[in-house]
Amino acid sequence: MAMAAEQWVLVEMVQALYEAPAYHLILEGILILWIIRLVFSKTYKLQERSDLTAKEKEELIEEWQPEPLVPPVSKNHPALNYNIVSGPPTHNIVVNGKECVNFASFNFLGLLENPRVKAAALASLKKYGVGTCGPRGFYGTFDVHLDLEERLATFMRTEEAIIYSYGFSTIASAIPAYSKRGDIVFVDSAACFAIQKGLQASRSDIKLFKHNDVADLERLLKEQEIEDQKNPRKARVTRRFIIVEGLYMNTGTICPLPELVKLKYKYKARIFLEESLSFGVLGEHGRGVTEHYGINIDDIDLISANMENALASVGGFCCGRSFVVDHQRLSGQGYCFSASLPPLLAAAAIEALNIMEENPGIFAVLKKKCQHIHKSLQGISGLRVVGEPLSPALHLQLEESTGSREKDVQLLQEIIVHCMNEGIALTQARYLDKEEKCLPPPSIRVVVTVEQTEEELEKAASTIREAAQAVLL
Amino acid sequence: MANPRGSIVTNGTLHNTKTQHSKWQSTDCVKNGIPKEAQQNRKPRFFDKPIFESYPEPPLYVLVLTYMGFGIGTLFGYLRDFMRSWGIEKCNAATEREEQKDFVPLYRDFENFFKRNLYMRIRDSWNQTICSAPGPYFDIKEKVSDDYNWTFRHTGRVIKDVVNMGSYNYLGFAVKYDESMKTVKDALEKYGVGVASTRHEMGTLDKHKELEDLMAKFLNVEAVMTFGMGFATNSMNIPILVGKGCLILSDEFNHTSIILGARLSGATVRPFKHNNIQSLEKLLRESIINGQPRTGRAWKKILILVEGIYSMEGSIVNLPQIVALKKKYKAYLYMDEAHSIGVTGSKGQGVRDFFGLAPEDVDVYMGTFTKTFAASGGYIAGKKELVDYVRIHSHSATYGTSMSPVVAAQIIRSLKLIMKDDENFGGRQRIQQLTKNIKYFRKRLVEMGFIIYGDDYSPIIPVLLYMPAKLSAFARYLLKKKIGVVVVGFPATSLAEGRARFCLSSAHTREMLDEVLEVVDKLGDLLNVKYFPCKKSGRPALCHEKSFDNEASFEPEA
Repeated sequence: MAMAAEQWVLVEMVQALYEAPAYHLILEGILILWIIRLVFSKTYKLQERSDLTAKEKEELIEEWQPEPLVPPVSKNHPALNYNIVSGPPTHNIVVNGKECVNFASFNFLGLLENPRVKAAALASLKKYGVGTCGPRGFYGTFDVHLDLEERLATFMRTEEAIIYSYGFSTIASAIPAYSKRGDIVFVDSAACFAIQKGLQASRSDIKLFKHNDVADLERLLKEQEIEDQKNPRKARVTRRFIIVEGLYMNTGTICPLPELVKLKYKYKARIFLEESLSFGVLGEHGRGVTEHYGINIDDIDLISANMENALASVGGFCCGRSFVVDHQRLSGQGYCFSASLPPLLAAAAIEALNIMEENPGIFAVLKKKCQHIHKSLQGISGLRVVGEPLSPALHLQLEESTGSREKDVQLLQEIIVHCMNEGIALTQARYLDKEEKCLPPPSIRVVVTVEQTEEELEKAASTIREAAQAVLL
Repeated sequence: MANPRGSIVTNGTLHNTKTQHSKWQSTDCVKNGIPKEAQQNRKPRFFDKPIFESYPEPPLYVLVLTYMGFGIGTLFGYLRDFMRSWGIEKCNAATEREEQKDFVPLYRDFENFFKRNLYMRIRDSWNQTICSAPGPYFDIKEKVSDDYNWTFRHTGRVIKDVVNMGSYNYLGFAVKYDESMKTVKDALEKYGVGVASTRHEMGTLDKHKELEDLMAKFLNVEAVMTFGMGFATNSMNIPILVGKGCLILSDEFNHTSIILGARLSGATVRPFKHNNIQSLEKLLRESIINGQPRTGRAWKKILILVEGIYSMEGSIVNLPQIVALKKKYKAYLYMDEAHSIGVTGSKGQGVRDFFGLAPEDVDVYMGTFTKTFAASGGYIAGKKELVDYVRIHSHSATYGTSMSPVVAAQIIRSLKLIMKDDENFGGRQRIQQLTKNIKYFRKRLVEMGFIIYGDDYSPIIPVLLYMPAKLSAFARYLLKKKIGVVVVGFPATSLAEGRARFCLSSAHTREMLDEVLEVVDKLGDLLNVKYFPCKKSGRPALCHEKSFDNEASFEPEA
C-alpha cells in the first residue's frame, strides 16, 4: 500500500513540473545550482599562509636553531660543591674531611646507627638480597612489605597503610590519585615541594591560603561556597581537598589541625595531611600531629609521611581508611609503576617502629632538646629563629636581608663554614628558586636529634652565635 | 587494516614494512647519515632484517570474542551493581564513613566500575607474595580468597621453588646473600640503611661518588648522577630539561614515569606511533615548520623521549634511525634504558652499545638500577655540562632523600660483576647466556604457534592472549605448575591486547626453559591461544634450526 501511495505522489510531482511556468523552473534551477555551489565550495580560509612550498619548508627546517639542551652553568655554583660525607651520616659525621657533630640530617631519633636496625636489615639482606626486581603487582610484593604495611597501620591506628619506595613520590602520587582536573584543592602557601608537584600532576584548581591562616582558608572556602550555589550541578561532582603539612618543612610550624577539622565538616572538604616531619616526632607515642592535638585520626582522610626522617630508612607511606587508601593500589602512579621498596629497607623500618613502640620516652627527650635549642638560639644578633619550640628542624633567617638573595645565601654560607670549622655540621635549607610557588627566604636549618647531648646543643648555639657575630657584624 | 593505503605513515606492522623501507630509502634522509653510520660501525645487523618488530595480528574472531567478552563482563557488572544497590548481593567494597556520606564522592562510582566488576574477578593473578630472593626460583606464599577476590588470606603454606619468569632479574644478580655480597654487608654495617638528608644538603656520601664515577666509566660517558628512585628519576628530571615553549615528542608506549615527567615539564607533548620513524619524522617536520601552536613562534628546543626496550612490547628502540633524524632536525634525544642497561650490547652498555653508535649520539641517558642491577634507584648520564646542570637543578637532588648507601654498594657490586670479563660467569658470559636463552625461548614459542611481540634480542617476551579470562587462566594454571609469570591486561595494554610476559634471565638454565616451554605448550593447546601457526609466521628465518644455531653463537665483537 505504501508503495502505491508513493508512486502516486511521484506521478503528481512530475505532473506539477509540467504545469509550472518556465520562469519558475529557471529560478528553481538556479537556486539548486547555488546550493550545490555552497555545499562544495570552501566558505572561508582560516590561514592563507598554510600553503608553503616544499622549498620554503626545507628552508624553515634548515633555519631552525634550537637552544642548547642545558644552559651553561658556572663551575662555582654552590650546588656543584656538595658537602661530601665520608662514612656514615650519623651523629658524629665527617664532612669534607672534618669531624663534626651532625646538626643537618633528619635523623631525629638517632635510628640510623642503631645496631638493632642494622641487624634486622642484615637478616633481610641474607634472606632476600637487595632489589625486588619488580613492581608490586608483578612479583614485587614481598612478605616484608605486607608486614610493614600492617605494622604502620596498627601503629597509626588506621585501617590500612600503603608503602611507596621513595618519600618524595608518596604525597606526589597520592594527590593526583584522588584529585583530578576540575577538583579544587586548598593548600597552605608554605606547602613543601612534593605537594606542589603532586598538585601540578593532578591538574586541579589550586587555591593557596596564607600560611597557617585559618581565617584566610575560611574566606576561600566561603567564596567557593558562593560559587557552588551558582552552579550546583557542577558543585555536586567537584571534590574539595585541604592539603596541609603537620610540621612544615619550610617554616618549622605546626598546622592548626583542630580548626581545620572544624572547617572540613563545615564546608565538606577532605583533609590530606603530610607528616614527614611530624611522624615519629610529635605526640606522646610519635604518631604525629593528630596525637599531638588529640584528634581522632579518622577525621583526617589521608595521612602521608616518609620513612626517611624519624625511621631513618627509605620510602614513604600513606595511611587512612581502606575506602581511601586502597584506591591508590591501582591509581597511585608511584606505587603501581615503580619497583617496590628493597626488603631490607622495609625490614629496617619495621625494626625502627619496634624501637619507637618500646621506648615511647624517646619523644619526650626529643621534645625537651628541641625546646632547649630553640631557647638557646634566641637573641642572636642578626639572626632570627623561625619555627616552633617543638619542631626538630628550625630555620635561622637573616633578621635583615641585604636585598639580594644571592648575597644572603652567601652570608649564611659563611656562617655555616665558620661553624663547620668549629665542629658543628649545618646546612642551608636548599630550594629550587625558580620552581617554588612561594619561595621561603634563605635560611640555615638546625636539626635536633635525640643523640645530641646538652653540652653539644649549648656548643652549637654558642658557635652559631659567634659565627653570626663574626660574619654579620 | 581496513584501509591499507591510508596506513603507510601511521602503521608499523609487518604488512607494510617492506614498502616503508623502500620509501624510507628513497627519501633524501639516507644521505643524511644512516647507511654511512651503519658502515662505519660495521653493524649491518639491523639492515639484514626489518627493523620494525613484527606485530602479527590474530584471526579476526579472536578480537571479536575479546570485545564480546568485555561486553558481557560489563553487562554482568551493571547487573551485579544493580543487585548490590538493592541489597540482593552483598557488597564487599569498603565504604565511605557515615559522617562523610554527604561529601562529594571521593571517586566517581563509574571510575571504580572496571575495578569492581572486571578486575576483581581475576585479581588473584597479581600481587603474589614472595618470601625469598627473586632469583631464578622463588617461593610464593599461597593465598586464597573466601569472598571472590575481595580479600585474600595467606594459608600459611609456601609454594616452594617456583620458576621465576616474572622478575626483571636479567643477569641473575638478585640472589640471596652470598660471598660476592660482602661489600654490601660491609656498607650496611658501616653506614646503616638510611641517609636522612638530600644530595644538596648533607646527603652526598663518598659511596655515591664512588658509584657515579664507576657508572660513568661503565657507560663510557663524561658524568653520571644517581637518584634514589627510578620512577622519580624520570618524573623529576625531565621537567628541568624542557619547559614552556619546548616540544616533547614521546613514543606512545613510553612508561608512565616519562609521561608524568613530560606533563610536569609544561612543554607541549606530542606522541608518535610506537617505534615508527615515519610518524616521528612527520611530526618533527610539521612541528618545526609550523612552530608553536597559535603564536607560530619557533620552538625553543625539541626533545625526543624514547625507551631502550619497551617493557610491555618487548621491542628495542630503532636507535640508528632516530639518531639520524635527531641529527637532521637538530632535536635532542632522551633515552630511558630501564630495561636495556646491562642487558643489551656485548658489554651490556645498553642499546647504544647494541647498535654500535657513539656515546655522543644520545644526549641524555637515563636508566634504573631496579632491574638488571637488582637494587633500586636511577641515573642520568651524559656530557659533563648536562650532568652539572642536573646536579644543580634536579628536583630529586634538592628535595628527595639520597640513595641508601647499601643500595649503592649493591649497584657497585653488580657493576663490577658486569664489567669483569673472564671471571667465572662474569658479565659478558652472563649476557651471552641471556642472549642464548632469549633466542631459544623465542624460537620455541614461535614454533609452537604463539603470537609474540618484540625484538629477537629483547629479554621481555610478551605472548599475546587477548581475552581477559584467558589471562587469569594462564597465570593460575602456570602457578599451579610452579611457574611464575606476569600477565598484563587493560589498562596497562590496549583493551584487546591482554598478554603474558616472560622475562628471561641468564640464571635460567636450558632445563628450566624446557620445563616452562613444555607446560606452556600444553597450556596453549588447552586455552586455544596458539593463534599463529609457524607456517604463517612473518619471521621464517627464525624457524630454521640451522640459521638459529649460527646466530646463537654470539660473537663478542658483533
